[in-house]
Amino acid sequence: MKTYDAIVVGAGHNGLTNAAFLAKAGLDVLCLEKNDYIGGAAVSRNLYKDWIYSNCSYVCSLLRPEIFRALELHRHGLQVTPYGGGVTFLENGGYFGSYWDTEVAHREYARFSKHDADAYQRYSSDVMRQTRFIREFLLRTPPDPTSFKPRDLKELALLGRRFFEMGEERMQETIRFWTMSVAEYLDEYFETDVIKAALSGSGIIGTALGIHSPGTAYVLLHHYMGEVDGNVGSWGYARGGMGAVSKSMAGAFQSYGGELRTDAGVEQIVVRNGRVKGVALTTGEEIDAKIVVSAMDVKRTFLECMDEKDLPPAFYRRVQNFKIRGSSGKLNIALDGMPTFPALPKNNPLLDGDMHFIDSMERMERAYDDWKDGTWSQDPYVDMVIPTVTDPTMAPPGKHFMSCFVQYCPYRVKGQPWTDEQRQAFGKTVIDQIAKYSPDFKDLILHVEIRTPEDIEREAGLSEGNIFHGELTMDQLLFNRPVPGYAQYRGPVGGLYLCASSTHPGGGVMAAPGANAAREILLDLKRNNTVPENFGDD
Amino acid sequence: MTERYDAIVVGAGHNGLVCAALLGRAGRKVLVLEAADEVGGAARTRRFAEGFTVSACAHLLYQVQPEVVGELGISLPRAAEGLSTIALSRDGRHVRLNGARVEGVDDADQAQWRDFHRRMTRFADLLAKYLNRIPPRLANGTRRDVLTLAELGLDLRRLGREEMREFLRLIGMNIYDEVEERFQSPLLKGAVSLDAVLGTHLGPRSPNTILTYLYRLCGDHGRASLPAGGMGAVAEALAQCARGHGVTIRTGMPVRRIVVDNGRAAGVETENGETFSSWTIVSNADPKRTLLGLVGSRHLETGFTRRIANLRSRGNAAKLHLALDGLPAFDGLERKELGDRLLIAPDADYVERAFNPAKYGEMSPEPVLEITVPSFRDASLAPTGKHVLSAIVQYAPYQLKAGWSDAAREALKKRAIETIAAYAPDLPGRIVAAELLSPADIEAEFGISGGHWHHAELTLDQFLFVRPVPGAAQYRMPLDGLWLCGAGTHPGGGISGACGRNAARIILKQQKPA
Repeated sequence: MKTYDAIVVGAGHNGLTNAAFLAKAGLDVLCLEKNDYIGGAAVSRNLYKDWIYSNCSYVCSLLRPEIFRALELHRHGLQVTPYGGGVTFLENGGYFGSYWDTEVAHREYARFSKHDADAYQRYSSDVMRQTRFIREFLLRTPPDPTSFKPRDLKELALLGRRFFEMGEERMQETIRFWTMSVAEYLDEYFETDVIKAALSGSGIIGTALGIHSPGTAYVLLHHYMGEVDGNVGSWGYARGGMGAVSKSMAGAFQSYGGELRTDAGVEQIVVRNGRVKGVALTTGEEIDAKIVVSAMDVKRTFLECMDEKDLPPAFYRRVQNFKIRGSSGKLNIALDGMPTFPALPKNNPLLDGDMHFIDSMERMERAYDDWKDGTWSQDPYVDMVIPTVTDPTMAPPGKHFMSCFVQYCPYRVKGQPWTDEQRQAFGKTVIDQIAKYSPDFKDLILHVEIRTPEDIEREAGLSEGNIFHGELTMDQLLFNRPVPGYAQYRGPVGGLYLCASSTHPGGGVMAAPGANAAREILLDLKRNNTVPENFGDD
Repeated sequence: MTERYDAIVVGAGHNGLVCAALLGRAGRKVLVLEAADEVGGAARTRRFAEGFTVSACAHLLYQVQPEVVGELGISLPRAAEGLSTIALSRDGRHVRLNGARVEGVDDADQAQWRDFHRRMTRFADLLAKYLNRIPPRLANGTRRDVLTLAELGLDLRRLGREEMREFLRLIGMNIYDEVEERFQSPLLKGAVSLDAVLGTHLGPRSPNTILTYLYRLCGDHGRASLPAGGMGAVAEALAQCARGHGVTIRTGMPVRRIVVDNGRAAGVETENGETFSSWTIVSNADPKRTLLGLVGSRHLETGFTRRIANLRSRGNAAKLHLALDGLPAFDGLERKELGDRLLIAPDADYVERAFNPAKYGEMSPEPVLEITVPSFRDASLAPTGKHVLSAIVQYAPYQLKAGWSDAAREALKKRAIETIAAYAPDLPGRIVAAELLSPADIEAEFGISGGHWHHAELTLDQFLFVRPVPGAAQYRMPLDGLWLCGAGTHPGGGISGACGRNAARIILKQQKPA
């Protein structure tokens, strides 16, 4: 029977990235996917007539350009188009627009407050400074602060050097930024509730924390550190939906000679004598490999696909306590035409971007209180986009696809599995909120797919439907991610690796965990390392 | 005619007194000016009804740093030490905690508690060492700063690999997840949660609450003791020590402003028009009051002023004082246990729910409470046979949406009494007099901005190197001759004396100006 050099479990974007880098280095790699389609949470699904739904992740920015270049994803059809605009609709019928042009942005802020317009400049440059600090470490393996190995010391020293290079004042600012709540951080700059509410959304997307919870300022960064075509902080659409990202990665992987199998769910990662031997599929088929790389989250990997007896007890307990909480749901909607928003003129470019309907900090935080109470937000924070405005390939001519990301939505309702009635009620909450600002919206709806965290778990395999494979809190970041002592992509069993968002630097369609894991594997195998590490930032 | 001093301390809170005493001990000529008619600041004993006295703000000691007591050579008057903490249950099956011991929970919880307590006290000891140090500068520092940083790194490593990892994981985490992971007993979870959030604007689910919990353990590992004669006696002991070192303390002397001359602090002017000169002005008042109030932003750099203005100092703790005609009977509690520390926080979610409204400027419909009956151990506080009850009531946000009117105060008082009465049904019938101090009252009466007992929220972004604000973490303000020594500085609030001691040490390192 054939023994592969490596098996990658899960063909999400991180699994594919990892597999591609391994194959590129000359390994004989098999990538297995449980669904009959690849992509994990970066997919383009044809669920209604001629519409293409980016039904999980829906926008693109974090994908590391080094990986894009190293895997030549453009040759495999990936094209990311930046979008502008973005708007927050106000309860009083007004709006607050978001503009790339700093002059225009200044004027827009000044409509609300002269003070805030001036503060915006300061805010942007301060956040950008934090962004530049973190970006260098996205494609690096986190050092183990308890280790005395030369490489760890070197990496720690680099982290230290970059930190100290900032100078005393900015170091202090950095400490504060990493530990503050997004609400308090924004309070330091702005006075207008609407502006703060509009900016605070990025601090809680995908996170089981409220805007007042310490640590959420960092999550804000997680949504600012990406780029499109070198424009740091901008977001774009992958042409043809997010599945185009996975498809291009799979293309790269296969072009390096990798083997991809769908409909091949892994039941068990097989361990013999303290070392991985391969995997057993749900069909009973066993496939051998020298190493196994899991692109599943840690809980799924260790609690469901491995035997407790094969794992160190302390490690097992840590994984059990790993915080991976479903806090977001999604609505994917096929529209018969472009809805109108009376607050804005028709075809206003602000509608090209992300639209929101929460205009106060109190409403933001109350949305979180509902979640803590075990139910979906009655007045949720919705991040809504209509990608077909920019990418007409996703719907028939004149028709549109709308993606509504909803924060907060619990994994279980008051601890119980979702009923269909509740799912419909959740969908109605979101649709009603949007309809308040768009009178013709409801009439244009042709089809709605409602996805609770439970659905996301079932389909994409994300435990509890957590989009980041684990909360982005300080106790689960950097060398603490996924659990202390195992942050360097190696599992507690010989030959086992982790390559997905449960590891540093975390979730989002970034592909950095996949690439970082590949680097570590190739290092262990003493292979020629083709994974980018040095960062030529701006 | 102005009198010249080597140092003037503004405010005779316990930190101000510690600082003054240490400066006096080193031979400096020191003047302390206090606005109130007695010393102590928030460490004061208050007569709130005929014959009834009580510790006005802080009512328990658990953090006094041995270094402070040792260097000053004083002993603090204590009526009782090593109080147990009792988490009250409606059904009378309370959970009792004392150090590593816990009663009223199953074996698994007992084992978990021992492990939790051991780890937490170990981490707290590490932290405590640095609470008694001047925070090192991260850059541009002296050799001593670099050495302190290196020592901190070394101490972390010395914890051992596993414990160091655990420390780095826990330090930014919330208490809720930790208690949910470990314990079964809701009462135990509630009690630990409450200890983590007392005096803060945080709920147990808020990250950072492990830090506030550890902070509480720094000093006496969380063992509470009761001062004899109320907290005012502690302040009086410190004042006496200071006077013994030649310090002049003048009460009833509110300071109007800190005099700035030629870009440096040169003295103070009191409300009655007297001026006192000194090249060293040490303020025990909170950072906002000192810098924005007494100095004034025109003497400060804009960025610094903005930072001070942004300092988070919104208090949530109200204080309830009840004069009782006899001891209340708590269901399931022995009489002798009334001398202990009683908590109303039946579970962690209860505490979180109590916090929710505080975010929106509303008070908790079901507040959490820390209750003591100090007169049980200290007969001097009430007439014979009568008693006083002193409780911290949370959450009562300083910025109450509707404002702190008399009606609001009454409403909270009623709510707090009803909450206790659910556990001690005969309490309402025993009340002779009652008083509630809201954070707004505490601000007005004790001069603490926002009525916050830490002067500034104790969170990682206002801790250690960056407390109170970046650029002012070493007690020295960016105005020559001006220093801070109150709870707004490193390490923070609580009756510890560490702020005052650290400030005195760094001031003494300075050369006297010619």
